Amino acid sequence: MSGVLRLDKVTKEYPRTGVALRELSLEVNKGEFVFLTGASGSGKSTLLKLLSFAERPTAGEVKVSGFASSTLRNSDIPKLRRRLGIVFQDFLLLTDRTVEANIAFALEVTGVAPATIGSRVARLLTQVGLASKATAMPHELSGGEQQRVAIARALANDPFLLLADEPTGNLDERATRGIIQLLREINALGTAVVMATHDLSLIMRSGYRYLELDKGALLYDGTDARRLARHQ
Amino acid sequence: MRLALREALLAFQRAPLLSALGVTTIAFSLFAFGLFGLVALNIRDALRAVEDRVELRVFLNEGTGEEALRTVMGDISAFPEVRDVGYVSPDSALSRSREELAEFADVFDASVLPASLEVRLNENYRDPVAVQSLADRIATYESVDDVRFGQEWVAKLYRVRTIAVFAGTGLGIVFALVAIMIIGSTIRIAVLARAREIEIMRLVGATNGFVRLPFLIEGAFKGALGGVLAALMMWTTHLIVSRSLFETSFFTPGQLALGALAGALLGFVGSLLSVGRHLRAVWKDA
Repeated sequence: MSGVLRLDKVTKEYPRTGVALRELSLEVNKGEFVFLTGASGSGKSTLLKLLSFAERPTAGEVKVSGFASSTLRNSDIPKLRRRLGIVFQDFLLLTDRTVEANIAFALEVTGVAPATIGSRVARLLTQVGLASKATAMPHELSGGEQQRVAIARALANDPFLLLADEPTGNLDERATRGIIQLLREINALGTAVVMATHDLSLIMRSGYRYLELDKGALLYDGTDARRLARHQ
Repeated sequence: MRLALREALLAFQRAPLLSALGVTTIAFSLFAFGLFGLVALNIRDALRAVEDRVELRVFLNEGTGEEALRTVMGDISAFPEVRDVGYVSPDSALSRSREELAEFADVFDASVLPASLEVRLNENYRDPVAVQSLADRIATYESVDDVRFGQEWVAKLYRVRTIAVFAGTGLGIVFALVAIMIIGSTIRIAVLARAREIEIMRLVGATNGFVRLPFLIEGAFKGALGGVLAALMMWTTHLIVSRSLFETSFFTPGQLALGALAGALLGFVGSLLSVGRHLRAVWKDA
């Protein structure tokens, strides 16, 4: 298995709040599904920011695909982001545009040929099960459906890695199951998924590998669900 | 480019009130700047009209012959400072004096008034130093008795002119800076209103240039629109003042077009600074 991302003794320190990540080393392989868990402030979001190069490490190196934090120029970051999918808890949709316009927007701003955008949007909407809601406005959708739109947008450029920061945090149990199922399907097609979550039962049911962070340090890296059961 | 243009126009459509407010704010800040410009223009014109009256009066010696007169007039006309030279004979000096000072008409006598030359000057040679230098040169001619030009008056006029230029430049810079700050703040509001859009663009891999472009177009368009609106307000003010108070000068069409262009430029620069500031504050990689 080849690694899609690697962290080598990564430390991230903020001038005001101090150390957010401490000498973190880990690797995620192609096509893998990895959960990221830990208490609030443990460094999950910081780690995701480092993986999307929204932040740079204070020490150590982050490598995502062929892009390394020590050598990557700021002007090259968009090239990497076009190969990443990023999903957040609060969906981040444009509320004044239809579902299909929201997805098309991601394709338009990255310079995809206008002639192909329509068919790609239709394919993505089918993939996330929202083909019938193409012309709906975001406020007309449920939370789960809005998150599906956000996922469809994240998939717009066929990413090799999907980063999801608490994507089910605002959803009820049924919608959460639907989103996890969708992420599994995406993962089954070859996209690696790194998903931050507080929901331990979700990790336990999945049987997937999980990384547990505590005060910026890696506390556990493995698949032992019984460990989590003791936490609950 | 087409997408950036569409996004810029959509911004007007989606938030018409905010856009109208932005254009109006820009228009009023440019109007204030333009009004200052209009006052400066009229002061300059008034000073020019006064400067136009700066001339040398060259009194000739009694008995200066035609030949000598022709020579001195020819020489003076050839000086680069001189626009034209006119001869005033003792008789015409007499009739002019009687006309201007009618109550003393009987006192004047042609024999007491000498022949003279009126030397009018070119525009760039009306400052005290240039006038004095010319007067000194003319005074060296044998047929010239005296040269007068009201040194004190010319010096005062140029002091006023210098003060006007410095005050005008200083105030102009202050007005322009205030306009830039107001325009920058207006555009910053538009940028903040579309922070989510910017965030999505950045996340999906749009380049910095691409993120900026719609805002730059929007800023330039708002600036140009504000400039046109400001020009209309200035024209109205000019008409009101000219009709009810006194006749005033107005900008030429070229100057007005330059004003609208300056508005567009201010909008563009304001946007550039605002978007850049926003991107740098939110995105470490911007």
